[in-house]
Amino acid sequence: MTKLPPTARRLGLVACHRCHLLCRQAAGPADCPRCGAPLHSRKPNSIARTWAFVLAAVVFYIPANVLPIMYTTSLGAVESDTIMSGVIYFISSGSWPLALIIFIASVFVPMLKLLILSFLLISVQRHWQWRPVDRTRLYRLTEAIGRWSMLDIFVVTILVALVHLGALANIEAGLGAPFFAAVVIVTMLAAESFDPRLIWDGLEKSNDRAN
Amino acid sequence: MKTAHLIACHECDLVHQLGEVPPGGSACCARCGSALYRPKRDSINRTLALTLAGLILYIIANTNPFLGFKIGSQVRETILATGIYQLYQQDMMMIATVVLFTVVLVPAVYLVSMLYILVPLQMNLVPRHLARVFRLLGFLKPWGMMEIFMLGILVSAVKLGKMATIIPGEALLAFMALIFVQAAMAVTLDSHLIWEQLNRHK
Repeated sequence: MTKLPPTARRLGLVACHRCHLLCRQAAGPADCPRCGAPLHSRKPNSIARTWAFVLAAVVFYIPANVLPIMYTTSLGAVESDTIMSGVIYFISSGSWPLALIIFIASVFVPMLKLLILSFLLISVQRHWQWRPVDRTRLYRLTEAIGRWSMLDIFVVTILVALVHLGALANIEAGLGAPFFAAVVIVTMLAAESFDPRLIWDGLEKSNDRAN
Repeated sequence: MKTAHLIACHECDLVHQLGEVPPGGSACCARCGSALYRPKRDSINRTLALTLAGLILYIIANTNPFLGFKIGSQVRETILATGIYQLYQQDMMMIATVVLFTVVLVPAVYLVSMLYILVPLQMNLVPRHLARVFRLLGFLKPWGMMEIFMLGILVSAVKLGKMATIIPGEALLAFMALIFVQAAMAVTLDSHLIWEQLNRHK
């Protein structure tokens, strides 16, 4: 029989999400006596909320990649750019480091984030025992990298702001851009609503069963 | 049970008894390895100095053109606000709002709130709304994206370099410096120390 780890929940304590003060678990809803934030032992409805954000992101991901994120008009000819065609443009013009940055930020990171979060959600729902430390690390990774996907939105903003020379050259934002921004925002919200402590709760649940 | 020196890991919920941690050191969770507590040297003074530097740089970054370009005899320069305004005019309200929020508003609120917290603390006073303001900061933190915007400027410069001559603006340097200042603030800020000021208040 393994000794059960002393988690705050087991000891009847709650750590405040904001200021980390350890408080006694109250019977009903309560606020942190120090900073006033609502106290929860775990983030409320973490699994359902995270799934909802993940699914919303998957839905937005399709128009974000299919629709053009910007239109370039130069001397009367209109060219539309999707996220992937921007990457291809940089490869073909020889600036592969930039192609790599944009590919990682706009294509790879959002995809990776959605895959990791789905994996974590399934692992928590099934009470998997598999490598909790590594799964916590995966979570930390998704939390840290998600913001960088906003890169393409900023590039579009800057190009739109600079290039408006009438008939000579003009750049306008396309419909893909708001969808892409929505993907980034929704995946950030998904990472924020996931509670990594659930990974560790799964271990204790199976300990209970074994005992 | 005395809970004063107990701390729960916010990633796996394991409770630890916290001993003395020297300034500049860090205590990590025994089970999942996440940082429990990282006391900093001279945190309030250093963070306040960086906040002041950040405010000055912020004003320079937002009032000067960050990038310009030249095609033939035409020169275009842009400051952040005009870029957002252009998007707004093209009916890209959502994108304009996202950029306004992440690159202009959040960094400004962040710097001003830091000032509100740190100036009184530096004079050994506890600001009245410390809890509310510091909670707001924790919530806003991931949504400030100036460093990503900076990378966006570099990518745009390369993209435009094909069709025109790029003129780096004055705001560019301020942006770059601001990113380092913000990174340094994240290192010098000791959030535990700030929350503990609230214990003193009561």
